[in-house]
Amino acid sequence: MQDEPTPIELTKAVADFLRSDITPLISGHQAFKLRVAINILELVTRQLTREKESDAAEVERLRALLGIDGSVTELNRALAERIAQGEVDLTTPGLAEHLWATTMDKLAVDQPNYASYKRELSRGG
Amino acid sequence: MIEAELSRSVARWCPGATGVTGAAKLSGGASQETWRFDIVHPDGPIGAILRRSPKGYGAAPTRAAGLGAEAQLMQLAYEAGVPSPRVMHVLTPEDELGTGFIMQRVEGETIARKILRDEEYAAARPLLARQIGGILAGLHRLPQDKLPALRSRGATQEIGEFERDYRSLNWPKPVFELALRWLRDHDPGPAAETTLVHGDFRNGNLIIGSDGVRAVLDWELAHLGDPMEDLGWVCVNSWRFGEIDKPVGGFGTREELFAGYEAAGRKVDPARVKFWEVMGTLRWGIMCGGMMQRFREGPDHSMERAMIGRRASETEIDLLRLLAPRGS
Repeated sequence: MQDEPTPIELTKAVADFLRSDITPLISGHQAFKLRVAINILELVTRQLTREKESDAAEVERLRALLGIDGSVTELNRALAERIAQGEVDLTTPGLAEHLWATTMDKLAVDQPNYASYKRELSRGG
Repeated sequence: MIEAELSRSVARWCPGATGVTGAAKLSGGASQETWRFDIVHPDGPIGAILRRSPKGYGAAPTRAAGLGAEAQLMQLAYEAGVPSPRVMHVLTPEDELGTGFIMQRVEGETIARKILRDEEYAAARPLLARQIGGILAGLHRLPQDKLPALRSRGATQEIGEFERDYRSLNWPKPVFELALRWLRDHDPGPAAETTLVHGDFRNGNLIIGSDGVRAVLDWELAHLGDPMEDLGWVCVNSWRFGEIDKPVGGFGTREELFAGYEAAGRKVDPARVKFWEVMGTLRWGIMCGGMMQRFREGPDHSMERAMIGRRASETEIDLLRLLAPRGS
């Protein structure tokens, strides 16, 4: 077991420092790059916060859908292959729900301000 | 610095020019290296833009028309009355500036979010969807016997090409697989008419002023194909920049776009436009994957490129909204 603060807390501390202390000092293209850097740290924080739970839920759904076991990567590969082969499609019970749930979990990390995501979230997740 | 090379270059082809000032790299377009500068001239400064061959940026070499072709197309468009900058000079090796060209600077805004939010463009915004329809009709009518050599791509070939690009990423994405299946099932086949296709006509690649569209930029993906491709691409949600209920670049409706296109004497096939919108959404998603790959493998190890890789999921939600919409 590693010591604390946790990676989430450490990453947040760096993002806060860059935002509060460094942002006022620079301008132009460097300021744009700094905003990208802060966005990256915030994304990493969101992923560290959510990934374990969302991956577990994704694996559960994939097991039910595919009837096999494996890591989240292996199961995604298997689902991708079955869709490519035409063995699974939108008429397959649970597929649309699974893809929606998985995609919503990704947007929650990648781009929670994306307008399509916010619209779908307002429909109830 | 680049001003020394530019000064030597303009002295060769711009009579009276004595040098350049104010050279600055523009951060606007992510897929090109573009510089602005002013040509010093006894009649007053001439605003100019240098567009030159990217390093690690831009479309895959097999897809790009090349900067030479791009310069030719912009000049043709300019002559035909399609809003376009005038090309002033195509770079030669003695310019020592790489490959590319120099064009007259058109004043206006290209940053999509500003165009969609700023007061300055408020009066123009409601007119843009229809105006874009008219511009695309003009672009699709450019004389084919004058075009540079361009690749030719129909729907079936494009599906195959995107599938190959996607598979080469080794990036299993069930939503992309679903989209590929849908595209194959809905492949409209060869277009009734093959025309010039701009290939990247969207909000972000247009110079907009308070009076509307002033110039169409970024012709590097121009090819011959189905004209409906351009109408579908301009509607891809990624280019609405948050204005998701206004499909045409965040400006207006498909009906306005189609009306502008048909008022200019060309026919719209809405089913094909929808096909190309789905294709375009997947295309941008796969391009995001390509950015991730280039970030990993170099030469561009930038944070911006890394973050574009993380935008593929935006296209996944948009594909689901197109192909498996949830009840409201």
